[in-house]
Amino acid sequence: MIPPSPLSSSPLLGHWVKLSEKNTLVFFSGRVELGQGNTTALVMMIADELDVLPSSIHLETARTDLTPNEGITAGSMSITIGGVALRWVASALKYQILEIASKQLKTQPSNLYVQSGYIYQKGKKTELYLSDTFDKIDFNRKIIDDVRLKSFEERQKSFPNINRIDLESRLVDAPFIQDITFDGMLYGAPVHPPSTYHHLVKINLANLKGRPGVVKIVKNGSFLGIIATSFYHARNAAIWARSNGIWKSTLTDPIDHLKKLKCSDNELDTVIDSKDLRKNSGRWFETSVSRPFIYHGSIGPAAAVAKFEDEEILIYSHSQGVFQLRQAIANVLQKKEDQICIIHKPNSGCYGHNGADDAAFDAVLMAKSVPGKFLKVIWSRFDEFHSSPMGAAMVTKSRALLSSDKRVIAFDVEVNSTPHTTRPNSKIPNLRAASYLSKPVVSVRTPDVPLERGGGADRNASPSYDIDNLRVRKRIVYDTPYRTSALRSLGAYCNVIANETLFDKIAKELNVDPIKFRLDHVSDPRSREILERLADETLSDTSNTIDDGTGWGLGFARYKGSGGYCGVMIKVNIDETVQVTDAISVSDVGEAISKDGVKNQVEGGIIQSISWTLKESVPVDGFSATAESWSDYPILKFSEIPNLRTILINRPTEKPLGAGEISQGPTGAAIVNAINNAIGVQVTELPITRDAIIAKLHSAT
Amino acid sequence: MTLENDHVCFKVNGKQYSVNEDKNTPLLFVLREYLGLSATRFGCGEGTCGACTVIINDEAILSCDVPVGEIEGKSVETAEGLQREPNNPLFRAFIKHQAGQCGYCLSGILMASNALLRKDPFVSRAKIAKALDGNLCRCGAHKRILDAIEEAAKTVLDNT
Repeated sequence: MIPPSPLSSSPLLGHWVKLSEKNTLVFFSGRVELGQGNTTALVMMIADELDVLPSSIHLETARTDLTPNEGITAGSMSITIGGVALRWVASALKYQILEIASKQLKTQPSNLYVQSGYIYQKGKKTELYLSDTFDKIDFNRKIIDDVRLKSFEERQKSFPNINRIDLESRLVDAPFIQDITFDGMLYGAPVHPPSTYHHLVKINLANLKGRPGVVKIVKNGSFLGIIATSFYHARNAAIWARSNGIWKSTLTDPIDHLKKLKCSDNELDTVIDSKDLRKNSGRWFETSVSRPFIYHGSIGPAAAVAKFEDEEILIYSHSQGVFQLRQAIANVLQKKEDQICIIHKPNSGCYGHNGADDAAFDAVLMAKSVPGKFLKVIWSRFDEFHSSPMGAAMVTKSRALLSSDKRVIAFDVEVNSTPHTTRPNSKIPNLRAASYLSKPVVSVRTPDVPLERGGGADRNASPSYDIDNLRVRKRIVYDTPYRTSALRSLGAYCNVIANETLFDKIAKELNVDPIKFRLDHVSDPRSREILERLADETLSDTSNTIDDGTGWGLGFARYKGSGGYCGVMIKVNIDETVQVTDAISVSDVGEAISKDGVKNQVEGGIIQSISWTLKESVPVDGFSATAESWSDYPILKFSEIPNLRTILINRPTEKPLGAGEISQGPTGAAIVNAINNAIGVQVTELPITRDAIIAKLHSAT
Repeated sequence: MTLENDHVCFKVNGKQYSVNEDKNTPLLFVLREYLGLSATRFGCGEGTCGACTVIINDEAILSCDVPVGEIEGKSVETAEGLQREPNNPLFRAFIKHQAGQCGYCLSGILMASNALLRKDPFVSRAKIAKALDGNLCRCGAHKRILDAIEEAAKTVLDNT
């Protein structure tokens, strides 16, 4: 067995578990709870391996002073890597516990096992509590030396599904970063320039200082921070500053990003080229799908708390990567990393790289001027819509070659995209304010995620079918006024839509059932089972397909080509509006740790993707994003939610895979295909609003 | 003891409070910053997301949209009130259906649906959904939330 990757940098038991003063064990994970429920699953995995109840596990997550550095919590790897690492930890721990117990009970470790907190011997409870062994645990032992992972059969005896451990407090208590308070705490509100191309020309600082509750103004280059006695006062002063300051853009002409995406001068970077496409003959089909900039749209705005004291900085942040944020801040402020401690606290869902890291840096910039005081920054909705990174705009052009025997034998995909991963790291700060400080630290271009790590813009550019002859090329368009970064599933959403709608287009032309057409191109049994189950589930309804503007459509993909499988069937009804009325999904994420947690992620992905596909587009003017409030950026509402049926194929003997990003691409594709089946037009410029459909119908006639 | 005129007196979750703040300060900030009641969330502060929904005199109200001066003598309910009601049908149904992901929008939705069910426990799923259109959820937990509220409505009916 190959040890999970986090064990190479944190190999010792003590990197992952510590004994508290109360003689209890505290486990550590570098993974961050983003509201997706990963800590519940991680706790389940530890408890299962250790044979104790999940409620007895105390897990601390993501703090630079305590936990292992597991990188960014992203890409649906929390369970696959982070959870499996904790299984190894728990297994090694149990091995030591039984070894210690065996000495005390004068027997062999193999005669002993753990049950409900006790050590058992041959079916009988001994007098030893699990905790009686804790003081003799050697935390300096290497995990890989002691690990004896449970077999699949042993795991089958485990406890059933449990509820989310943190849901109650999220309902009626105050667990969020916005809720942190300290005595004498001050509040900061940033006033960021409208884009990173803008600089602050003029602001009346004396007037600003005189606003109610304002304690101090921090001006550093074009960064302006207002420190006040309350969030309310800081926020009001920031609103005043925004309407009374003057910013100027260094751009003189607006940039048409879509034009740049469609025909950029940058060279295409060939990432896959399996064979020579020209050697094959047949008929080419093609499509072009574009997606606009999409907001992460966290309901709770970015926030952070920071304190500067004796050259040391303490930060509470909801960053997805506290260690990477620490490197970036250390780099910009010319500090040593060990002078900075970052502790993760939850905020509302982020769905990727939102303003979390930027807000933490804002808090640091302001806290620096009030040493010894805790300072809390909460962004406004305006800040969220203007200053946080957006999901990338993309244009994916797919071509498929159909042979004379009606098989797709080659695929050629060209992905054009603004950047998907401009997260902070040790070399490139990627912190918004850093670029316009008086001594700016400009972030150079961040390279796209390589394909061996799942790819970025080109994620899922390869269709999930048996097509050997494949070419994938990508072009990252950097020079736009907009800042874009990781949004759930990265390029997969747009690429799956392109490839899956192209498959449908061909099936339609051949007059072949779209599920059958896909089954003809896939041998992998897990993929086939998804498609077959979907066919069964929708058989009764799909038999009477087109009538009065309703139609079903299919989308399928294996996320990243190596992650979870998901197929979605969508039914639309088109009259005055485009409405998704039904969504049936079948997913396979291997061993599902928390089955309900997986379903919740799949459902959430489907609903978010319906919202992206039908409604969402960041308004831009060529200089900056222009949305100011939710009224400028509508998202899917309660009354627009379809009937959902979510089927999970559990495969307890297969590797556990993430679920948070598997359903977005298939859902988007299924919507486009359903609309085509309902009214006979394939609308591929997202979002598919009523106006977009009317325009497409007009252009078709 | 008589209070000065610039105090605003009101109840929150049955407890009497007297606040001496600018009367234009929206209730949301008074709850969160001065009374330490943070289960009412700040989402936008401009009445467009529903995260700050509370109940005032049995009506679901956006607390970012109400100056504290206007609630003199009124009775406010926030999600904290449910901490003491573990058997509250809505609270129980949200847990049972695991109705949420990040949960940031949930306290507002709890209060909005609480007010709705009090008025009309016979309310249909479609009407519940319509009534919640002002409450944004970004994680996509809508179905579970509707399932939970629908079930809670049935429980309320069964108990009356």
